Amino acid sequence: MRNGVLSESPAVRRTLIALAVGFLTLFLVLPLLAVFSEALRRGLDLFIAAFAEPDTQAAIGLTLLVAAIAVPLNLLFGISAAWAVAKFEFPGKSLLVTLIDLPFSVSPVVSGLVFVLLFGAKGLLGPLIDDWDFKIIFAVPGIVLATIFVTFPFIAREVIPLMQEQGTAEEEAALTLGASGLRTFLTVTLPNVRWALLYGVLLCNARAMGEFGAVSVVSGHIRGLTNTMPLHVEILYNEYNFVAAFAVASLLAGLALVTLVAKSFLEGRYGDQLARAHRH
Amino acid sequence: MSDAAHNGWALRTTPRRSQWFPKPSALPGFGITFGFAVTYLSLIILIPLAVLVARAGELGLDGIWRVATTPRVLAALQVSFFISAAAALINALFGTIVAWVLVHYDFPGKRLLDAAVDLPFALPTAVAGIALAALYATNGWIGSLFAPWDIKIAFTPLGILVALIFIGLPFVVRTVQPVLQDLDREVEEASATLGATRTQTVVRVVLPALTPALLTGVALAFARAVGEYGSVIFIAGNMPFVSEIAPLLIVTKLEEFDYAGAAAIATVMLGISFVTLLAINALQAFSRRRFGHA
Repeated sequence: MRNGVLSESPAVRRTLIALAVGFLTLFLVLPLLAVFSEALRRGLDLFIAAFAEPDTQAAIGLTLLVAAIAVPLNLLFGISAAWAVAKFEFPGKSLLVTLIDLPFSVSPVVSGLVFVLLFGAKGLLGPLIDDWDFKIIFAVPGIVLATIFVTFPFIAREVIPLMQEQGTAEEEAALTLGASGLRTFLTVTLPNVRWALLYGVLLCNARAMGEFGAVSVVSGHIRGLTNTMPLHVEILYNEYNFVAAFAVASLLAGLALVTLVAKSFLEGRYGDQLARAHRH
Repeated sequence: MSDAAHNGWALRTTPRRSQWFPKPSALPGFGITFGFAVTYLSLIILIPLAVLVARAGELGLDGIWRVATTPRVLAALQVSFFISAAAALINALFGTIVAWVLVHYDFPGKRLLDAAVDLPFALPTAVAGIALAALYATNGWIGSLFAPWDIKIAFTPLGILVALIFIGLPFVVRTVQPVLQDLDREVEEASATLGATRTQTVVRVVLPALTPALLTGVALAFARAVGEYGSVIFIAGNMPFVSEIAPLLIVTKLEEFDYAGAAAIATVMLGISFVTLLAINALQAFSRRRFGHA
């Protein structure tokens, strides 16, 4: 008799499953369906027409550009930080690791605010930058900076624990056999962490393309110039152009779905090569 | 987990050399990787945050206090704080049920549901915001069900609660789920052998072991909710004193070029998240000591 003392009665089981499925449907599935349903509400033609707008295309272009700058920089940082933290012993290491996670505990709005305080018209370096005739706030550089800030930990926190688990034995063997430091890194270390890197890049990219709060503070919302896709969604929505707003939103939702599928695939297929926290 | 790997060679070095920075290693590349990482961290994160605190510091502690206790700011902080706490508590209940169901039971669509839990991590907050607003407005799929009872969800504090539940859910599920998975089945068997009913085993054996992870997840969800902006502003209605959240007030102050005021509110919010973070760290340390996992 399995039921009774080691598991719940069928009635309890069914109730719990119903509660869980109901809750997830209410809060996760329905919002997702709503995005696509609202986008297609007035037919496919209007949905497609939304993407013909030059401002929408500019927003898509800017989002791609920002991600194309922010993600590689954070990738470079993640690898550097992981190499230094995982392969060497030095005082202050745990402090460094803690500081890397800092952006996760900062409100997106504050993440944008710090750059306004630095580079804004009344900011610390504002006058200096004005003299150079170079704009950071209400321009693309500010958007890139804010995006780098909010996506900062994503790659590092995937790679650091994994490299730490792997230790230094394989690299030491390669060096003993005469490989150069760079060759050791490229042929020994990198293959060991490639799936974790990809995993981090996926999450980093999803956030970089979807960030709203931080970018909204520094962007200035200039249509066609400093509007990323999420900001464009807001403008269209506030203009009561719901079909176009949800059309652009559905593209972002599509990106989120692709990210989730790729993430699940990596966890399922290469789970043993990801940091321990992701192994189900 | 890393310590074992490192101690292997750390033992080989003499104690005196431990004062080296870094400790001697056969591997190259410390200088450039450490240098780049620390420079980049300082330029992107540390210096900007320091400037924020310095800017707020110009007001002095009493200045920050004055800004934080003006009625409108205080109301916004309270809205953010209490609704975030309520959302975190609701997620504690349902997040635990979801984690429990995902770990213990099999049913069709389970894998899909498991993957869907991460949706709030992946879905841009602005998209979540307009989707929730459309759903919970009085003419939306869900809002229209409540409309006959004169209950409005979107554009009221209830709307904020809905958005913050959405944002916080994966934090609770993803913190509780692995702990539940690793929980020693033998302990439950022992409890049953000793004559406990299933309810007794769950309440007195399983739930206590789960508590640190649950508290951590709740704290993470709360910390995220307090700072959340994108998903909330579309559904909140943003009425001062009623449904205006603290992050929105920062944006308002910035638009009025009141940098110091914005910095002051931001500093108060940073303070709240650091206290939460400290609590999480303390919890995890406690959990490691008590249960051997974080």
